[in-house]
Amino acid sequence: MGMTMTQKILAAHAGLDSVTAGQLISAKLDIVLGNDITTPVAINEFNKAGFDKVFDKDKVAIVLDHFVPNKDIKAATQSKQCRDFACSHCVSHFYDVGKMGVEHALLPEQGVVTAGDCIIGADSHTCTYGALGAFSTGVGSTDMAAGMATGTAWFKVPSAIKFNLTGKLPKNCGGKDVILTIIGMIGVDGALYKSMEFVGDGVKNLTMDDRLCICNMAIEAGAKNGIFPVDDVTMAYLTGRSEREPVIYAADPDAEYEKTIDIDLSAITPTVSCPHLPENTHPAAELTDIKIDQVVIGSCTNGRMEDMENAYKVLKGNKVADGVRCIIIPATMQIMKECIERGYVTAFMEAGAVVSTPTCGPCLGGYMGILAAGERCVATTNRNFVGRMGHVDSEVYLASPQTAASSALTGHITVPKEV
Amino acid sequence: MNTQGKVFKYPDNVDTDVIIPARYLNSSDAKELAQHCMEDIDADFVNKVKAGDVMVAGWNFGCGSSREHAPLVIKTCETGCVIAKSFARIFYRNAINIGLPILECPEAAEEISAGDEVSVDFTTGVITDITTGKTYKAQPFPEFIQNIIEKGGLLKSLKEKE
Repeated sequence: MGMTMTQKILAAHAGLDSVTAGQLISAKLDIVLGNDITTPVAINEFNKAGFDKVFDKDKVAIVLDHFVPNKDIKAATQSKQCRDFACSHCVSHFYDVGKMGVEHALLPEQGVVTAGDCIIGADSHTCTYGALGAFSTGVGSTDMAAGMATGTAWFKVPSAIKFNLTGKLPKNCGGKDVILTIIGMIGVDGALYKSMEFVGDGVKNLTMDDRLCICNMAIEAGAKNGIFPVDDVTMAYLTGRSEREPVIYAADPDAEYEKTIDIDLSAITPTVSCPHLPENTHPAAELTDIKIDQVVIGSCTNGRMEDMENAYKVLKGNKVADGVRCIIIPATMQIMKECIERGYVTAFMEAGAVVSTPTCGPCLGGYMGILAAGERCVATTNRNFVGRMGHVDSEVYLASPQTAASSALTGHITVPKEV
Repeated sequence: MNTQGKVFKYPDNVDTDVIIPARYLNSSDAKELAQHCMEDIDADFVNKVKAGDVMVAGWNFGCGSSREHAPLVIKTCETGCVIAKSFARIFYRNAINIGLPILECPEAAEEISAGDEVSVDFTTGVITDITTGKTYKAQPFPEFIQNIIEKGGLLKSLKEKE
């Protein structure tokens, strides 16, 4: 029986000719990732178990991004613990303030992750790198500690759902509208324990930033990973960027899928996920009565260059509505620099928005845009759970950068124009 | 291994943000974090929970973030076990890795009521609702996972292999 793309990558990293869904394997890891919230717990476990060195200093990545620049003394203490560990173990991919970015925007941008990799990260959105044709999944801190010590992790080989993409997205839609639509269709546990494999003629019409956004939110459907085939778009992105040679895997023609879901990209409309679950999706057009207090454009889901460009196209020469705070957070230093060079930052500020250095901050209710009771935010982030961005009585509406920026201008949820 | 205690009942899709809100994650001290366990959906939980008590929940318990702080605070509150219709995969993995007993049993999760007295035998997977007198059988863990649990967590099992 044939294997899915995910199964092929796992088989290769387990040193096996083939694997089948449900099989328990031990696989070699190409990158083990952690951030400033999950790494301290991993370091404590690593030390407590008596390990004294990491398996490969070039294959551990530690990114300070959730609460940095440090939001308070406790956050500073956790950052310091990560910094000291990275220094004492000579971790080559350690990203501190000045070099850091939101981890899942940063690692692909810097070429740390590439096609064919097997990656674990102590952050649930580690599934993002499937966009590059890698197997990549989120784990906890103890798995990170074990991965840093041994360079391996145990996996239950997942079965898969095939998403057959056709057509081309309307101009006012992006990858975010695709993944929100899919989560609305299958639910927050619709792909529990499974792979989401995105294939079909429509793939070539999706940019790398669209694909990274789509795979980023695979976890919001409960998936183990999301993955795209490697094509010309992937290779153009990886060439001159990857630190290691990309390895291309493709699903076998007779690979078995639990089901196939057809998605016509041309039929996608601007989509918003209402409180308090990502599956609670509606067309933006049905929500135009909803007044908002804040807009956040950024995060590992939508803080990339194309997202900034889409926000710029909407905000340029316009004014953010009175009573709305619009917070824009380019996800990496490179993206921020490019936003400055292209004049986006000036345009954002002239529109009445604020621009922050990279941080996960508001997405998880950390800092840089916390909501009070009764407040509503349209955010390009990935979760709208109770209390996610602040007070338990606040609300988060998930949307694309186009929809978020358009809503910032009117003060209520707004369908972006096809510009 | 077993536990016995009162049931705290929760709905489907309990996410890790309500189990332990990220606003407290500037600390990794389990005792400090445990004071906020379930705070955003059940502010009274930490005042009421007693050692051995049991959480019973619907589908997809522990969805969302990969934060291991979530199973850790439930364990630190001395909760004896979590029974759910299903678990989100990272939470499931984390619970096994840190030694928080969890059981998947849709029937028990559906029928057991808040406040019931329940006993759980982890070796056999038998759940007894002492209040109603009904018993249920949870899915046993695969041997590979049972081994991690018996060794006291992932890192201890790895250390033993060395």
